[in-house]
Amino acid sequence: MTGSPVGEAAGGALGGAVGGAVEAVFREEHGRLLAALAHRFGDLDLAEEVTSAAIEAALVHWPVQGVPDNPGAWLMATARRKAVDRLRRDQAYAAKLALVHVDTVTQLSDEAEFPDDRLQLFFTCAHPALPDDARGALTLRCLAGLTTPEVARAFLVPAATMAQRIVRAKRKIREARIPFRVPGADELPARLPGVLQVLYSIFTEGYVASTGPRLQRTDLAAEAIRLARILRRLLPGEREVTGLLALMLLVHARRDARTAPDGSMVLLDDQDRGRWDAPMISEGLELVPLALKGPAGPYAVQAAVAALHDEAASVATTDWPQIVALYDVLLTLTPSPVVAVNRAAAVAMRDGAPAGLTLLDALSGEERLRAYMPFHAARADLLQRLGRTSDAAAAYAKALDLAGTDPERVHLRRRLRELNI
Amino acid sequence: MKYMLLINAGSVAGDGSAAECDVQDWVNYDKAVKDAGVFVSGESLADLVTATTVRVASDGARTVVDGPFAETREVLGGFYVVDVPDLDAALDWAARCPGALGSGSVVVRPVADMGA
Repeated sequence: MTGSPVGEAAGGALGGAVGGAVEAVFREEHGRLLAALAHRFGDLDLAEEVTSAAIEAALVHWPVQGVPDNPGAWLMATARRKAVDRLRRDQAYAAKLALVHVDTVTQLSDEAEFPDDRLQLFFTCAHPALPDDARGALTLRCLAGLTTPEVARAFLVPAATMAQRIVRAKRKIREARIPFRVPGADELPARLPGVLQVLYSIFTEGYVASTGPRLQRTDLAAEAIRLARILRRLLPGEREVTGLLALMLLVHARRDARTAPDGSMVLLDDQDRGRWDAPMISEGLELVPLALKGPAGPYAVQAAVAALHDEAASVATTDWPQIVALYDVLLTLTPSPVVAVNRAAAVAMRDGAPAGLTLLDALSGEERLRAYMPFHAARADLLQRLGRTSDAAAAYAKALDLAGTDPERVHLRRRLRELNI
Repeated sequence: MKYMLLINAGSVAGDGSAAECDVQDWVNYDKAVKDAGVFVSGESLADLVTATTVRVASDGARTVVDGPFAETREVLGGFYVVDVPDLDAALDWAARCPGALGSGSVVVRPVADMGA
């Protein structure tokens, strides 16, 4: 498949001169380098400028001189030199960075291991004072190392729009002085969900693209998983981080079975479970008990639901009573009509279509569900199963109106045709 | 870095004070801001019925009218300017402000640094 934003990020920047191993180094080191420099300078622009310059220098030197023993330290030393040059050349800029003087930059040692400051950068990029639509973009830009055009493609907006969004967010960080710091233990419960929400929104945009020709953009989902792995290494004790990673793995494991050869969407009921990614499921399943040690958070509960689906050999043998029970827990943690729709669908599997339909119909007054495609698709499915053909057709038509991607539309049109009316 | 905390009064009790907090809350907050050494300035504004609006047209003509009146839900009731290291610290002071409670809100704005 062409048009992979992440694949092109590395490939496009590096060209063919250096191999995949070096690409991996850049992908990993970009975020670490940027975070360390942003922390020292208190300025994202300067950090980005010298990070890019250091990577460009590596592209020139490494193919000739070979990859250094410690590529991270080499990049850090180079970036530091570039920063010193830049601040010497532009004293006004140096003065503006009130916290930083050329002295403190030159004092940065050539330490082989510089501290990992990425956790600070996660919290800065997901800061609640930044607009919603900038947080995911900044996170992909700064921590995943995507270029602005790649981030624009990831969120399906024009590059100029994304560039402006990122520039504005960085300006707010600088001028309102949003700090580069990890919130204290007392603030963490309020701040961590914001970071997790950013990663999850990147993942869900990859899982079901909001618009476009393709149902899922697996590269974007994979990028969200990569970021979640980094976050888990930085916050190993936070169960919700583990829960989020588990949820992503257990859902992403089904990616190949979710799309038919013609590109249309395949629902869970009809998926070829042999095409699920078994190693990824195992990895996710190992994390779920860790995430559920203690009071369960919403990501841990959703991961547990995904685990029950992934462990079942078929829809018929899925543990629906347990799934309904988990949705009950989730409703108390995060009451939302969307969760209630999922619960109703699970109830339909446990107790039969009439019970599920009663619950869905009770939700029909919810403002948020009026334009929520899965609500209408789930209702249509239950109406169809109950033989209420014309009502089912009306609900499918409504879902079709709301569907954002071509594969969803192909799927819904097929279901509509199957009604034979 | 200096931040202005613009305190918008929400619903107002019969005596004109904010409904969700009492005078003692404000006295305590004011003391906390000053004790912490972050206070730059701050004022509480007189009731909105005392407000007057002035505009000057391009020909220099001055218009003076009574008001504005509280057509919007939120009315500027006062402000603090605090000097703190970063936005997180400013947001903490805003969150502690009695004016942030209930239907009130506090808008945090960095003071422009014209020297830079």
